[in-house]
Amino acid sequence: MNLNATLIAQLVVFFILAWFTMKFVWPPIVKALDERANKIADGLAAADKAKADLALAEKKVVEELRKARESAGDVRTSAEKQASQLIDEARAEASRIIAAAREAAEHEAGAATQRAKEALRDQVAHLAVAGAEKILRREIDAKVHAKLLANLKQELQ
Amino acid sequence: MATEGHAPTASEYVIHHLTHLNNTGHAQENIIDWSVINLDSMFYSIVIGALTVFLLWLAARKATSGVPGRFQGIVEILVDMVADQAKGIVHSAESRRFVAPLALTVFVWIFLMNAMDLLPVDLLPRIWEGMYAAGGGDPAHAYMRVVATADLSATLGMSTGVLLLCLYYNIKIKGVGGWVHELFTAPFGSHPLLYPINFAMQIIEFVAKTVSHGMRLFGNMYAGELIFILIALLGSTATVFGFLGHVIAGSIWAIFHILIITLQAFIFMMLTLVYVGQAHESH
Repeated sequence: MNLNATLIAQLVVFFILAWFTMKFVWPPIVKALDERANKIADGLAAADKAKADLALAEKKVVEELRKARESAGDVRTSAEKQASQLIDEARAEASRIIAAAREAAEHEAGAATQRAKEALRDQVAHLAVAGAEKILRREIDAKVHAKLLANLKQELQ
Repeated sequence: MATEGHAPTASEYVIHHLTHLNNTGHAQENIIDWSVINLDSMFYSIVIGALTVFLLWLAARKATSGVPGRFQGIVEILVDMVADQAKGIVHSAESRRFVAPLALTVFVWIFLMNAMDLLPVDLLPRIWEGMYAAGGGDPAHAYMRVVATADLSATLGMSTGVLLLCLYYNIKIKGVGGWVHELFTAPFGSHPLLYPINFAMQIIEFVAKTVSHGMRLFGNMYAGELIFILIALLGSTATVFGFLGHVIAGSIWAIFHILIITLQAFIFMMLTLVYVGQAHESH
């Protein structure tokens, strides 16, 4: 419990140690701590940014999906419209063709009937003349009776 | 004094343990004698101080901002703790550049010097006695105290260092004129009649701060060491009671002392910061 020169020596050692720490120990450790704090702050900021980006991307995806669905609906509607138009056109074409065919067939049938009637009329005239020949048993001058026959033909119509 | 073949008496044992190894070779006689220097205190404080800065330097040399190892981690925790305290107490970034590392050094250094108390109280002194006797000396004169902080000169040396720092920062921050003005006008006010009282109060404050700063650490460590010596004395009775008493009391006191050595190191560091911080504040 005495005081002596140890006091002075200890005082000097005290300052030498403090100086050493100030010069060689404190700065690198504090630098490392600050750097790590910055790194962590950067990391957290990056994580936040990534989270925000993700949310944005999700929103975009939903939007794109909605757009795609909308345009698909449009395409389908127009396709359906086009298809029904095609069907209508085809149906109209078909009925037109059918009508034309029917008309042609009717026309043909009419002409055939007419021709048959003509032929029949001729044959009936011949038959009548032949019958009359047989009845009269003599030759009838065709030229004389041509007018008569033409009248007969007219009546058969 | 113990002589050959005779075990020392209890009082001789205690006195032997409480006597410093100094340059005179015998116990100091005057209360204050500047021609005497305690070799044991100087040896242990310098060796432990070198160990302190070496360990800190080791951590600083490999300090990375990446993932720290355990050793770097504990040093970082200390640095962070001291830096936080310094930031809260000393409001000058420029002063902190020196004061914060100083506080860190003081904390680790004092902690390690205090921790010497936890070594068996006879271990190093007995080794020294053996070496001294082997060198032809009388082992009764082979004094050795291993706890440098239980030396009043050492602790007052450190607290005087803090006082010098306070004076330095007082002058640096306030200027010589400002500081002298404060010495005569604080704490009671600026009136010619109050000047002597103010000045006396300021001087008392500086002395009391410094003395109590050093005395607190010294008193705690000295008392702790003395109790370890008394417990060892109990064991040296070589009876069942003495043996059990030594084991039980020694364990309890050592465990409690872990708290004291840490606490005293922390208090010394905090007061260093507080006193330096006060030097920055004008009244």
